[in-house]
Amino acid sequence: MFARLSRGRKVLLGALGALTAGGAGVVTALHVSVSADEFVHPPPLKWSHNGLFSALDHKSIRRGYQVYRQVCSTCHSMKYLAFRNLIGVTHTEEEAKAIAEEYMFMDGPDEEGNMFERPGKLSDYFPRPYENDEQARAANAGSLPPDLSYIALARHGGEDYIFALMTGYCDPPAGIDIRDELYYNPYFPGAAIGMAPPLYNEILEYEDGTPATLGQLAKDVSVFLRWASEPEHDQRKRMGMKMLMIFTLLIGASYYMKRHKWSVMKSRKIAYRPPN
Amino acid sequence: MSFTQTIYNTVFRRTSSYALAIVVGAVFFERFFDQLGDGLFDYMNKGMQSHMQATCSKQWKDLKQDLALRQSSDEDE
Ligand code: HEC
Repeated sequence: MFARLSRGRKVLLGALGALTAGGAGVVTALHVSVSADEFVHPPPLKWSHNGLFSALDHKSIRRGYQVYRQVCSTCHSMKYLAFRNLIGVTHTEEEAKAIAEEYMFMDGPDEEGNMFERPGKLSDYFPRPYENDEQARAANAGSLPPDLSYIALARHGGEDYIFALMTGYCDPPAGIDIRDELYYNPYFPGAAIGMAPPLYNEILEYEDGTPATLGQLAKDVSVFLRWASEPEHDQRKRMGMKMLMIFTLLIGASYYMKRHKWSVMKSRKIAYRPPN
Repeated sequence: MSFTQTIYNTVFRRTSSYALAIVVGAVFFERFFDQLGDGLFDYMNKGMQSHMQATCSKQWKDLKQDLALRQSSDEDE
């Protein structure tokens, strides 16, 4: 094919190829130089849900919810999660109802047009720690604690990053100054984060008796945040597995059908009998 | 008459019975296939044996069982 082209065409094609390769090289180099920031990339961890068909660890999600509720929720909202979302994932319906009832929600207006407070219902969304972003900033020395509903999708590294962030606080190396209200965390882009180390050993007591070490707390809250970002996770993998199974069957069947139908075509003979 | 012959004459020969066989077959196949898939998925997510908990399986239904156990042991105390 190539050999039959004229000289000019060959040169043109060659130039085009070189341009494409060079362009790709430049783009890659630019991309790499952008990624090369002054922070450490989180190491990929061996999550028990890493496998192609591996479900999330729901006991871990439940503990992670406890961590979020008792620690993180003082600063971080999860406004896209409702109490009903916990049912059948981490809590039974009665438990979820009891949790919702612990909070008061503004509702109304009633017949006289007044707003009133009522205990939470399953359909209520998780209460927010602050009324608005400005209040949140003011309470956190200018840093805004982001909503955690989809944080595992919103950060490179997902749960690896969250785990690394929770466990990565340390003293800044010599020569790096950190402002008073900031903390040094090599995994945070820029390395100076406005969140004080939120977790430490035994900050809470797990209801299932699991020892609440820093590593355990960080792992559980990471799994919980992964579930929150991707509630369809288990169903997706279950369906994926069934899909592969059924399509294996169907592809086999289609192949057989094709051979079957074509066997007539392939074994027939066409003879031309000229009219005498 | 061979088995395939019988099947052909009783089911596949008439379009009406053929169509019915497809519908009924689809229902049963779907049930069978779904249960097979679910069983396989549950089997793959049994989790590891652990010294911390008697059952260390991962899914909600396992957790639910644990919770029920925990509750009944609370009531015993
Ligand atoms: C004292 C309040 C406070 C608590 C408690 C707290 N955070 Fe934060 N968090 C913050 C603030 C403030 C920021 C914003 C930091 C910044 O932008 O510099 C933040 C940022 C984050 C971020 C985003 C980092 C990024 O890449 O932008 C994550 C993830 C996070 N927190 C997770 C958690 C988790 C999980 C917990 C519970 C274990 C928790 N936080 C508890 C105040 C808090």
